[in-house]
Order: sequence, then structure tokens, then C-alpha cells
Amino acid sequence: MLSYILRRIVATLPVMAIVALFVFSLLYIAPGDPAVVIAGDQASPEDVERIRQSLGLDRPFLVQFGSWVWRILHGDLGTSIFTNLPVSTMIGQRLGPTLSLMIVTLLLTIVVAVPLGVVAAWKAGSLIDRAIMGFAVFGFSLPVFVVGYMLAYIFALELEWLPVQGYTPLTEGFWPWLENLILPAVALGCVYIALVARITRAAMLEVLQQDYIRTAKAKGMGQGGILFIHALKNAAVPIVTVIGIGIALLIGGAVVTESVFAIPGLGRLTIDAILRRDYPVIQGIVLLFSFVYVLVNLMIDVTYTLVDPRIRY
Amino acid sequence: MDRRTVLKGLAGAGGLALTGGLSAPAIAQGAAAKTLRFVPQANLANFDPIWGTQYVVRNAAAMVWDTLYGIDAKFQPQRQMVESEQVSDDGTIWTFKLRSGLKFHDGEPVLSKDVVASLNRWAARDPMGLMIKAIQQELTAVDDRTFKWVLKQPFPKLLFALGKNNAPVAFIMPERIAQTDPFKQISEYVGSGPLKFAKSEWVPGAKAVFEKFTDYVPRQEKPDWLAGGKQVMIDRVEWVIMPDPATAAAALQNGEVDWWENPIADLVPVLKKNKNISVDIGDPLGNIGSFRMNFLYPPFNDVKARRAVLMAMSQEDYMRAIVGDDNSLWKPLPGFFTPDTPLYTEVGGDILKGKRDLDAAKKLLAESGYSGQPVTCLVAQDQPITKAMGDVTADLLKKLGMNVDFVATDWGTVGSRRAQKTPPGQGGWNMFHTWHAGADCVNPAPYTAIRATGDKAWFGWPTSAGTEKEVASWFEAKNLDEEKAAIGRLNKAAMEDVVYAPTGFFLSYTAWRKNVSGVAKGPVPLFWGVSKSA
Repeated sequence: MLSYILRRIVATLPVMAIVALFVFSLLYIAPGDPAVVIAGDQASPEDVERIRQSLGLDRPFLVQFGSWVWRILHGDLGTSIFTNLPVSTMIGQRLGPTLSLMIVTLLLTIVVAVPLGVVAAWKAGSLIDRAIMGFAVFGFSLPVFVVGYMLAYIFALELEWLPVQGYTPLTEGFWPWLENLILPAVALGCVYIALVARITRAAMLEVLQQDYIRTAKAKGMGQGGILFIHALKNAAVPIVTVIGIGIALLIGGAVVTESVFAIPGLGRLTIDAILRRDYPVIQGIVLLFSFVYVLVNLMIDVTYTLVDPRIRY
Repeated sequence: MDRRTVLKGLAGAGGLALTGGLSAPAIAQGAAAKTLRFVPQANLANFDPIWGTQYVVRNAAAMVWDTLYGIDAKFQPQRQMVESEQVSDDGTIWTFKLRSGLKFHDGEPVLSKDVVASLNRWAARDPMGLMIKAIQQELTAVDDRTFKWVLKQPFPKLLFALGKNNAPVAFIMPERIAQTDPFKQISEYVGSGPLKFAKSEWVPGAKAVFEKFTDYVPRQEKPDWLAGGKQVMIDRVEWVIMPDPATAAAALQNGEVDWWENPIADLVPVLKKNKNISVDIGDPLGNIGSFRMNFLYPPFNDVKARRAVLMAMSQEDYMRAIVGDDNSLWKPLPGFFTPDTPLYTEVGGDILKGKRDLDAAKKLLAESGYSGQPVTCLVAQDQPITKAMGDVTADLLKKLGMNVDFVATDWGTVGSRRAQKTPPGQGGWNMFHTWHAGADCVNPAPYTAIRATGDKAWFGWPTSAGTEKEVASWFEAKNLDEEKAAIGRLNKAAMEDVVYAPTGFFLSYTAWRKNVSGVAKGPVPLFWGVSKSA
């Protein structure tokens, strides 16, 4: 297992290299010019050119790419064209809010979606099943920003229970941290909950028809035991897979959620960087997200062995 | 259902709910009364007011860096850091003395050498600075508080240049910082203004913090825009960046922020209904909408085609697309200069007045030789103002019988593509939309968009000898009457050659909670004189 994990970690290097080349090439050919944005609306073409030169954007593609890769290999993600701050500092400033949002959303999803899916499968065809699946379709269809605005209106403006926006670090207290994350996590989690609940239901339905379930029932085992000990464990592989794949969904959703709730996370940093063509920041974030995604996939593969002992690497 | 409709509806519902006068929740009341939480118009992505000339950078910089002179509401430069000035009889030698007791935020005194270095850096980037530099003989520090500027010929607008609020502003920095290449960004943000920048708390894209500089010695005069005494009444100003207007509206209603610089027109009715919120025009100089036509390629290389567009366009259509039904927010603009300012004129602007004559415009367009070639119209969809104007223009061009190649893209791409001088079919363009802050259009000095020097002019590269002749006349004018006469002629010449197409003048609101007082109108958000009660 250890050698497998090591092999997989080593295998991430070519993946990251391809991602790096891909992202760099895309940004190079994409329209837009950070020098124009920096120079402002009143700048002359000469000013723009001087800024472009000072940023090194006038150099050939291979020179720019080589210099960037060289810095990466030395652990330097570069400096933001706009803020003049190291990209690693900017990412560090934004990591906390995004991680917090993802963790709370992930926990919320698992706590809500898995039981919902199990119950829907258990009561398949009943009103409860239809209600849960109806909710799932609704949750999957509603755009995150619509859910976000509705939640903000009800729970912040109307009921005044929670703040509309912002983020408080965990170091300033658990409740101040959590209260800022509840509404965004629910908004972001809706799609995710819907997805996981549907997959859980489908996987459970299949498992519940297996002979060993019938045997467990015949032996007089309680419903809870059958569902959560025998069935859920055997249905876990697709559920774990979709939870893992959903991380990408969360990363994408965080961009919108962080904007709606003014959370200073990586999602907003990504958008800001793209709109301004802040190449070093975009490249740093995409590399980070790619790495996280590869890592999550590895964790999923490792988790398979825990939920299904038949799987061996 | 689109996103804007949803946010408008929900923010509206929220506003109605709060109209009943519900007090802000405990969550919102937590911030100290000495901290002002402000939502700026945009993200403070960099903080070098010479390197980056965006308005948001200028606005933040006005707190941190002071200027030698400050422009007042009458557009007159008033002494700010300067105690006195002397000018030789021939107008070529200026000697300035700094006020005593001026200090930078690091505790060092402000000296003449700092001023000289700062002016050198500024002059390398500012259009007026470049003009001064071109006739400069020397700029030297005479002693710690005195510096001398010797010119080869008089420059009557020198004090205006030193006090103008158009970016880049002649901010004074310590010599060691000001010696940075003007095309490279500074990394130390030390000024001598009334507030200090808390760099350690800066999260670009999310938050910027400014703290009261207790050693600042304000002037004794009443504050008047960037002139007069900058008396800071609060300990701390927090800029909270909110990209989503509905969130900013909700946060203001909920008392989570105190002042929102630039609410979008859609949400203003909601804010106006809330009895805890005041709403008023923020910048009385407003903005001038515009689209520019490329002088290099057909059809707009022919003045008849440009005039045809002007003849057919309805400024009301453009303005309503931007500000909606609020008539107090816009004015027609048959000219190029900011309304209600001393040099405003409508001379030569008849082509934009009265009933629109589509038939005459079509005839003129035909005379220009237009033969149905695509007209590449760049429209930034991520900017509500340009998007609205772009839609109106597309309709206008179609009514004129033009073949519109509508390029819907983002502002970053427009910014890059508009600099392309290649033919429209090869990455170039025929038209693009933008707008200019009214403060930049009060006279020709900061008004890059009105210049018509052909290849060296702003995007579209207009050529108009008449316009340029009158720009020079304005610079040489010795009094207001001469200035007005020059501007009248300039307006006429620029309109005849259609240097660009003004789509109208529009204003925008600013909104703040009623426990905040002292919010003054001005071309930048003015934080001095503002106080906040619990």
C-alpha cells in the first residue's frame, strides 16, 4: 500500500507538469493584457508597452515559460503582477476561508445527504422517497447564487440570525467562524447534497436487493443494522467516489458562493485574477487546485481499501 | 430568470422588510463606532498611484499621500502641503516653501528632496507632468523646506497640475520610495496624508485598512474637496471589497457596513426606502459615456460616416439603458466637457440636439461610400455600463443599415484589443465603448480622450487639427474668458471631426447609514470630516 501511495504521488508530477504547460499556454494565447489593465483607461500605448516590458510580458513564450518553471522548481510561485505580493502569500491569505467553507460544506453534505439517500432507498417508491428525490432534483437545478440570495434574505435580512457576508477566522472563536459559514455552506451544499443523496439511493437500491441482505432480514436483524452496517458499507464505493469527484464541484461552486457572501477565499481570488489577467496568480491557483484534485483522488483510492477489503493495490 | 433580476427582487424584498425600521442585529453593531466600514467601487488590487492609475487606487491614495496643492469645488488649486509660492515676473521660475511640521507615516519629516523625487516620478507618467517636463530646465531642492522649479517657458496651469485630482495625482512620497522606476510598482506605502495604510492587514480583493495618522497637521481652512483641512474624526477606515452588489446592499441594510460608494441604479430604490440609510449623489462631476470610432479604417475613416452615426444616435436611449427611469441621474450632452463646470459648452453640438433624423443619417452614410462591410463593435459584457451602451449601439447601427459584427467579450479583452491598429478583420476593431469620469473632462489637461493627434492619440487614433489647435490655445489662456473661448472652439472642432461620440452625462449615487455623518460630495470619497456614532 505504501509503495502504491508513493507511486501515485510520484505520478502526480507529470500530471502537474502537463497542467502547468496547459495553463501557461492557454493564458499566453488568451486575449487580454494585464499591462493595459494596470496602465488604466487614460494611458498611452507607449505607457502600456513600457509596463509590458517591465513585467517581462514582451519576452518569447518559451523564455517566459522556462523562467516560470524554474521558479516553481525553486518553490517560488512568483509575484502578483498587480499587488506586488508573492503569489504564495496571496494564496495563503485566501486558503483559510476556502478550506473552512469546503470542510463545513463537506460535513454538512455527508451528514444530510447520506441519511437522505439511505432513507429514500429504504422507502423506495413511497412518498418519502419521492419527496427526497424531488428535493434532490430541486437542489441540483437551482443555481448557487439563487439559493444564496434566498438564504441571505430569509436568515440574515428577515430573521436577523446570521450575517449576510464576510468571514471570521477560527482563531477568533468557533461560533464567529461558524456563523459566517452556515449560509454559504448550505447554498454551496445544495447541489452537492442532491448529488450525493441520489447516488447513495441508487447504490443502496442495488445493494438492498442482494442475497445477503435478504439473509440478514431472515435472521431477524433490525432495519438500522441492515441499512447502515450491511448495506451502506457495501454501497460505499460509489458514494465515496462521488464525494471525491464532488470536490471539483465544490471548487467551482466556491467561486460563486464566495462572491455572493463576500468571503475572501480562493474562488474570488481566481475570478479577480482572471478578470485582470494576473497570470502568476492564475497559474499558482490552478496548480494548487490541480494538486488538491490529484490528492483527493488518491485519498479516494485509499479509502476504497478501507470500505471494501477486497480491493488491493 | 437572470442573475440580476433575482438579486434585484431579493434585495428589494429585503429592503421592504427593513423599511419598518427594524434595528440592526447585534452582529452588525459589533464594530467600534470609531471604525468606518466602506465598500469601494472596485477592488484595491495594487497601491501605487503613479504606476496604476485606476480610480480606486487614486481614491485610496488620497487618504495616504498628501499633495502640494488641492483642487477645490471651484476647480481652483489651493495650497495643501505648500505654505507659500513665488513666481518670477516672466512666469518661468517657481519657488515653493513647504509647511512646517509635515511628517511621513514613518516619523521622518517631509523634505524638499522628497518632493523633487516625487514630482520627477509623477511627471514621467502624467500627461501634464510630461508637458512640464518637456519645458523644464531644472527642479531642485533649495533647502529642506524650499524647492525651485525652473522652466524654459511659462506654464500657467502649473498649480492646477500639482493639485488636480485626475490620476496620476502628484502625491508626495519619501525620496527612497519615489526613486522607484515609474513603470515599476512601489512596495512600501508610506505617505504623509491623514491616514496610514495598514499593509499587514491588506488582503487584496477582500480588505484594505487605513488608520488615523495622529501626527498629521491639517490646514486650518474648511475642507473643500482635496483642499482645506483634512480633519479625520475616525480611528480606522476598513475597505470591504464586495464584488456582488446585492450582497453590498444587504450588508448596508443589515448594518454590516457603513458606507457603500457606488450602489448600482437597480438597487437604489431599495436603499432609499430604508429609513436607516441616506442616499445622495456621490460625485457631482459624474461620468461621460462614449464610444470611439476607429479613424484608421473604413467606414469610420470618413468623417461622413462618423457624423451619420452622431446624427442618428439618441443620447436618451443610452442614458436610460444605463440609469433606468431616474431622470435626475442623467443629462443630454451635446458636447465633450462636464456639465455644470466652468468650461462646459454646447458650441458646435447641434448635431446631437433635437429630433433624430435617421433618413438624413442614412443618406450621409451612403455618401461616405459605406458598402455593407462588417462593423466590428467591441462590447465588454462584464461592465454594466458598456454592456448597456453596446446594446443600444448595435440597434442604432442596424437601423442605419450597417452590418454589425458584435463582439461580446470582457473588459480585459476590450482593453487589449482596442490597442490593436490592425484592420478590423485581423484582430482590430471599428468601435468600442467606454466612459470617462467627469473630473477628467473639466478641461483638456487631463482629458486624454479628447486629444486628436492621430497616431499618438488615444484608441481610435483621431486626427483633428482644429481640436489640437484649440487645446494649445487653452493651455496658453491667461484667464477664464480666454479659456472659455478656446473650449468653445475646441468643442466645435471636435464635434465636426467627431473625435468620439459622447453618449450622455450620467451621475451615480452613494449610500451610507444614518449613524454616519459628514459624507461630502466630491470627485473622490472624502473620509476627512466623516464621523460615526454607535
